Amino acid sequence: MRVGVLALQGDVREHVALFDSLGVESIRIRRHEDLGGIDALVLPGGESTTISLLLASSGIRPAVEQWVREDRPTLGTCAGLVLLADSISDGRADQTGIGGLAISVARNGYGRQKFSFEAEVESEIDEVPFHGIFIRAPKIMDVGNEATVLARLNGEPVAVQQGSIIGCAFHPELAGDGRLHERLLSMVESRTKAL
Amino acid sequence: MLRGGVIMDVVDVAQAKIAEESGAVAVMALERVPSDIRRDGGVARMSDPEMIQEIQAAVTIPVMAKARIGHFAEAQILASLDVDYIDESEVLTPADEANHIDKWDFEIPFVCGATNLGEALRRIGEGAALIRSKGEAGTGNIVEAVRHLRSISGDIRRLQLADSSEVFTIAKNLSAPLDLVQSVAETGALPVPLFCAGGIATPADASLVMQLGAESVFVGSGIFKSSDPASRARAIVEATTHYTDAAIVAKVSRGLGEAMSGQEIAGLETRMADRGW
Repeated sequence: MRVGVLALQGDVREHVALFDSLGVESIRIRRHEDLGGIDALVLPGGESTTISLLLASSGIRPAVEQWVREDRPTLGTCAGLVLLADSISDGRADQTGIGGLAISVARNGYGRQKFSFEAEVESEIDEVPFHGIFIRAPKIMDVGNEATVLARLNGEPVAVQQGSIIGCAFHPELAGDGRLHERLLSMVESRTKAL
Repeated sequence: MLRGGVIMDVVDVAQAKIAEESGAVAVMALERVPSDIRRDGGVARMSDPEMIQEIQAAVTIPVMAKARIGHFAEAQILASLDVDYIDESEVLTPADEANHIDKWDFEIPFVCGATNLGEALRRIGEGAALIRSKGEAGTGNIVEAVRHLRSISGDIRRLQLADSSEVFTIAKNLSAPLDLVQSVAETGALPVPLFCAGGIATPADASLVMQLGAESVFVGSGIFKSSDPASRARAIVEATTHYTDAAIVAKVSRGLGEAMSGQEIAGLETRMADRGW
């Protein structure tokens, strides 16, 4: 099994290190041909405006859109969640995401850098809460019927899943918490069995 | 999350918007870019809060601003504006000849310059969340930033080879906090990200410093003192992402017009890297 981490900008290294710790090979994705040999894709945190621009200029955007449209296993964290949201409420006028999750997000919905925070996040997938690191994090404002909430902070959704697409507002990779990554890998395994 | 990105110096809203549209991960709001500070001489201070706030209102990416070395009151003012990062910067005229700001006093993360590993670890000991090289700002000459990056990474490699008793002496020689020196010896990396600043003027410069281990690049005068800032900004962003792919760096380097005119380090009246300690 091999995972691709979109390496246009952002905290690529932490995701790669996390897959290393899980004993799973990961490669950095910068060109559309890199998507050929992978089973799952991670869209890391970073600046979503920068990543959107580089998605277009690198020519990789259509391939990533097709990947998500085909419901292939995908995990987006922070800026990755913004890219996967069907609706962005306060992005730049020319900013369009990839979509795939029936949610609406407010970029930097928790405020500027000063209002970055860490908090324990209750999750539906495990009794042990996530240690959520929120850095200028996007806020999930609305969740459509198609998406399932995976984790909440003070009752508000902070991680969601729709089909094989997972998005989360915080950075589990910075906390060294591989549970969402393992969930991604288990989707690859169940797909492989189904085929 | 600024890694793998470009942080651009901007002096007004129009430049800030060009920077954002070109893919900057953050902007540094300041009244004059370093090459103009060099030219004008005199005392360089924190920027006008009004100008910083205008830029904050104009872009959605993080906004950084500079305080003078040791000038904690300027830092308090910047903190009250909710800037995203404060750069305690040698580009401004130092306010304290002996002490840097106690950055643990602030909720807002600080960026600090360093010419070598000891200086980097002293700044981290004082609470810096990001370290950048301290290449000669405003010269368009990459040589000093390269020296700093090579010095930091070379010292880290040597530290990794030291045995546990040698680490104490290295800490003494570096004049750096022992616990941080021990942590670097163990992990082989700074405990915070290492960015590059000072003298970057071309996409090739960005590729060079990324290959030398920088995790992001600051571009000061290099963009808005060139003949076509928007294209150059875009090209440096592309080169920072695709720094290992020379064909892409070559492609984005085409037809950018004149780079900023550069300066030999030996001919400088003021060596900004000598500010701070």
